Amino acid sequence: MSALQIKRADGILTVQDMGRPGHLAQGLSRGGAMDRLALLEAAALLGARAPLAAIEMAGAGGTFAVTGPLRIALTGAPMAASLDGAPLRWNASHALLPGQILRIGGAQQGVYGYLTPAGGIATEPWLGSRAAHLTIGIGVVLAAGAELPLGPDPDPGRPARALTAAARFGGGTLRLFDGPQTALFDRRVIEAFYATAFRRGPRGNRQGVQLEAGERFTTVQAKGLASDLIAPGEVQLTGDGVPYVLMSECQTMGGYPRIGTVLPDDLPIVAQAPPGAVLHLRRLTLTQALAAHRPEADVLRDLAGRCQPLLRDPATIPDLLSYQLIGGVTRGDDLDRA
Amino acid sequence: MTTAPPIEAEVLPSGLDGLLVRFSRTPDPAAMAAARRFAAALEAAPPKELAGGQAEIAPALVSVLVRFDLERTDRAALRSTLERIAGATVQGPLDMPDPARRWTVPVAFGGDQGPQLGQVARALGIGEDAAVAEICASDLRVLTIGFAPGQPYIGLLPPRWDLPRLPEITPSVPAGSVVVAVRQIVLFGADSATGWQLVGRAALRTFVPDRADPMPLQGGDAIRFARATADEIARLSDAGDRMGGARLEVLR
Repeated sequence: MSALQIKRADGILTVQDMGRPGHLAQGLSRGGAMDRLALLEAAALLGARAPLAAIEMAGAGGTFAVTGPLRIALTGAPMAASLDGAPLRWNASHALLPGQILRIGGAQQGVYGYLTPAGGIATEPWLGSRAAHLTIGIGVVLAAGAELPLGPDPDPGRPARALTAAARFGGGTLRLFDGPQTALFDRRVIEAFYATAFRRGPRGNRQGVQLEAGERFTTVQAKGLASDLIAPGEVQLTGDGVPYVLMSECQTMGGYPRIGTVLPDDLPIVAQAPPGAVLHLRRLTLTQALAAHRPEADVLRDLAGRCQPLLRDPATIPDLLSYQLIGGVTRGDDLDRA
Repeated sequence: MTTAPPIEAEVLPSGLDGLLVRFSRTPDPAAMAAARRFAAALEAAPPKELAGGQAEIAPALVSVLVRFDLERTDRAALRSTLERIAGATVQGPLDMPDPARRWTVPVAFGGDQGPQLGQVARALGIGEDAAVAEICASDLRVLTIGFAPGQPYIGLLPPRWDLPRLPEITPSVPAGSVVVAVRQIVLFGADSATGWQLVGRAALRTFVPDRADPMPLQGGDAIRFARATADEIARLSDAGDRMGGARLEVLR
């Protein structure tokens, strides 16, 4: 079995997949990749039928080598990647050989990059998933010297592919819909919440991401509230009225009131918004939210259809190194300058 | 003539693929029993609308979340089924249903293991020994599991145990700590900060990832605490399975 070797870790590297759903009654949240779309993109690029276990790289990548020939996909937050010094296109699949060195630098935009081997990472699963869930002691932060077993590549001769990634690395507009506690908030508080241009706050991790603004959003009905089930995407207001979007590693239960839920399709925007990025909110009805939602299996099918051959003509390299630039990219101080 | 039930059930959308059946917004004892009875009813006879898809039934303290397969489920039909079952539930009885399983969990109360037992007993106006006797004699259930994997909220203790949370948070109590407040007991699965009062310690670890059953407690399980000495708890903590001497009886 071939392996992926970590020679150097620059960002926070963990193994992530689509998580372990189905254990809410036992207090275990799904966990898994912060940007699930990036794992769907990787599966499409590699020709996989379902998302694979990958290395999630928060902030920056590292230096990697392989013990056998290997196809990989690079997706999520764009990072400068090179193979033996030659630049590699992001949002593409590539072939690696033993002896070659893959370098992945810091995120140029966004937060979480993904390195996905074609056969997936084949560490021992726990409750059906290989995802690290560090807050409860599952999995580890990968460090230099780690060697990850890999599943067999089902299609080693498959040509390299490239994809234009959906814009999501510099903030944007989040679509939300009401949850079971939205009615706890006064209508005027809800209107003010949706009229606010937030910035991704300095506090954020795999459990939740802070939305920052001058305003506070509170409800007198928070007092005495029974703790209830919470889920990724829900926007929870702490005691002092600061909103947090709950993310993949959130707890299963919480006592803070929740004003609404981010459409799952827009959670990659939250995950990938760097501190300071502007996030606007738009309120949908449940009917609108259901109509806007696309199941992950459909998204994967569409992505697979949109993959293009990765051209190697040197004349195109400058273009290859580019990716779709995003509406909503911000220096992070737009509000101050406005 | 019928009288209005003491609690009402609401069926509310929760996420795109969930319906939350909520019996109260506050931790009301009748709503806790209703949530437990409603969850038991769903588990005994899953709604036909959930057949054929991935579904999940997760009971919280006063609510039950039903997650369903978005692609294969008739949301409106599921909603009416849940409304019907919840409507029947609130008609009563609204005491805890008979448990299907009972755990007996050894706990060392007081002393270094439970330094706040003394102030708890004083707040109740009884001696420490009588306070422990009340805990051990109470008909307790796992009300819900949450905040951390496998971690139980256990209750309800008699009404006079409606003790407030402490104004000062204790920054860290060890895994296995038994803490009390608001008529409930939490048995911490991991080292935790808490505003509840520390009265004892168990050797049972409610979350051990590499154990055959990582999270052995289930909502609705009956819990009987059995007094043990600190030495016994230390010895039981050595057992490889970290079950800490907890015994399970299947009652039906």
